Amino acid sequence: MTLKEVVNNVAEMPASKNAVVDIKNLSLTFQTADGPVYALSEVDLTIEEGDFVSFIGPSGCGKTTLLRVIADLERATDGHISINGVSPEAAREQRAYGYVFQAPALLPWRSIERNVTLPLEIMELSKEERVKRAQEALKLVELNGFEKKFPWQLSGGMQQRASIARALSFDADLLLMDEPFGALDEIVRDHLNEQLLKLWARTNKTVAFVTHSIPEAVYLSSKIVVMSPRPGRIIDVIETNFPKDRTLDIRETPEFLEIAHRVREGLRAGHSNDE
Amino acid sequence: MKLDRFCLVAAIAALLALIFPLSGVDSDTGKQVAFVGDIPGLAIAMALCVIAGAAFTWLGVKSVKAGVVILAIAVFGCWQATRVLYEYGVAGYAGLGFWLFIISLWAFVWRGIDVIANFRSLEPTKQHVANITVPIAFGVWLLFLWEVLVSGFGVPQVLLPPPSMIGERFVNSTDILAADFYQTFVKAVLSGYVMGCGSAFIVAIAVDRVPFLKRGLLPLGNMVSALPIIGVAPIMVMWFGFDWQSKAAVIVIMTFFPMLVNTVTGLNAAGKLEKDLMATYASGYWSTLFRLRLPAAMPFVFNALKINSTLALIGAIVAEFFGTPIVGMGFRISTEVGRMNIDMVWAEIALAALAGTAFYGAVAYIERKATSWHPSFRVRRH
Repeated sequence: MTLKEVVNNVAEMPASKNAVVDIKNLSLTFQTADGPVYALSEVDLTIEEGDFVSFIGPSGCGKTTLLRVIADLERATDGHISINGVSPEAAREQRAYGYVFQAPALLPWRSIERNVTLPLEIMELSKEERVKRAQEALKLVELNGFEKKFPWQLSGGMQQRASIARALSFDADLLLMDEPFGALDEIVRDHLNEQLLKLWARTNKTVAFVTHSIPEAVYLSSKIVVMSPRPGRIIDVIETNFPKDRTLDIRETPEFLEIAHRVREGLRAGHSNDE
Repeated sequence: MKLDRFCLVAAIAALLALIFPLSGVDSDTGKQVAFVGDIPGLAIAMALCVIAGAAFTWLGVKSVKAGVVILAIAVFGCWQATRVLYEYGVAGYAGLGFWLFIISLWAFVWRGIDVIANFRSLEPTKQHVANITVPIAFGVWLLFLWEVLVSGFGVPQVLLPPPSMIGERFVNSTDILAADFYQTFVKAVLSGYVMGCGSAFIVAIAVDRVPFLKRGLLPLGNMVSALPIIGVAPIMVMWFGFDWQSKAAVIVIMTFFPMLVNTVTGLNAAGKLEKDLMATYASGYWSTLFRLRLPAAMPFVFNALKINSTLALIGAIVAEFFGTPIVGMGFRISTEVGRMNIDMVWAEIALAALAGTAFYGAVAYIERKATSWHPSFRVRRH
């Protein structure tokens, strides 16, 4: 399969999917003492149900900001955005998404299990239901057996897995992940990438994933969004068509390298405006 | 070969103590008060110090066992020294020989405590015993030194009574001390502490919620905390009467601000990331307060509780100087000073020290249980 075929196949896919995230002409400007900072500028993007979308770009390109706008942690200054057909704020109130931050952000006074049940507690689920769901979520990230441990007793990779379990525990259909594996070493990262893919294949969740690693983006995604800084904007959207049960071996295939090349070209083009 | 210098000092000092006169001359009789030769126990103790000192100078004090042997000899020596003071009338007439013997004991104790302080064991109980022994042994030695110096030099009791006298007074006046403790600590300190810390905690949450309070109330609170307690106490006595209520009021004023500032700071201690996390769960104000912000504030809150535990006792005792019913620790101190009953004053001071330490220790213990997750405690959990 050549890249062209991959891209064409995507184009021929049935149009029955629903837009989970719909962004039109979105801009966000921060007012600072040094003048306005254009974090996002005229962004158009549609994320469909079951998509795995990676946002890639150099630091300061607004990829995290875009994710935060989707999560209603930042408000756009201009343009239109809807999540499942409603505003980000309403979507947040409905607990439509799980968010995984760059750092695990586990509460140190809670055991791993109680960290995972935190959102369920806020949603006022019954105790049995909470424990049951926590067990399931911890099993998904292979952390069963560590329920009673405290966060500081776990390694960095295990902590990040616990935070993913927490995002999975309330079973939102949309998963927003902001460089979740950025601080981890290569081997742990590969392992977690594989687990994440398996999870995605099994649950058919929609995932929005911020990264600055090209291989990670290409390996994981069904759609790669390449962004460039100052002002933050989308310069390329690449669709891939690797099977959902792909393995790390696909990183050696020509298709993989071709897409990685296209991403790199896009990043380079976006960067040259600067220098 | 390396000589153990402390043991060398102990041996030489004990040897000289045998030679130099034990006591001075009684001005009435014109005779020396006592001789080492007349006191077999003391002679044995001094000889033991010479022999053990010389032996350990060569051998070195290398094990805990050796340290314990040295300390045992020192304890025997201390017992004989106090006997000499009180049973053979050397108190007030101590001579060079006596002080050389004390120096010898000092060297032994120093070396013995040193060995135990450096004791390292993988067995927690043994380590625990060693950890407790060091401060106790050191404290007991300081009390002994105080006793011997005051008695040996014949310091007037009005200036500084020996600890044995204070202890005796303490034991013989437990009923008075208990009444004072109940009046000052249980009634005034505890109620003032709970009211001051509790109200400050609630106000801190309000201040955190309402921005104008933060701007308006915090500077005012700062001013209140700067009020001199000596100036406020008589006014509080005029407002709230002689009994414990006025003392509690003084304590409320003293403890309010440290608690307020620490709690407000603590409520802002939760990280931005964690707040964002709670926002993604659509967690409301109270839910976030109880699940995130208050737990994160606990180390700050306990800091204030510890500071206030000592402030409260000081406040109550000082406030009692400005008018009380005829009971209370501050009242007792001020009146017994006037009657030159300095031993009673010291007994009250000892009581205050014990109560303050126990209070602080209790708060610190609760802190450790409540915030065992905090980095400053979790290091110790191996």
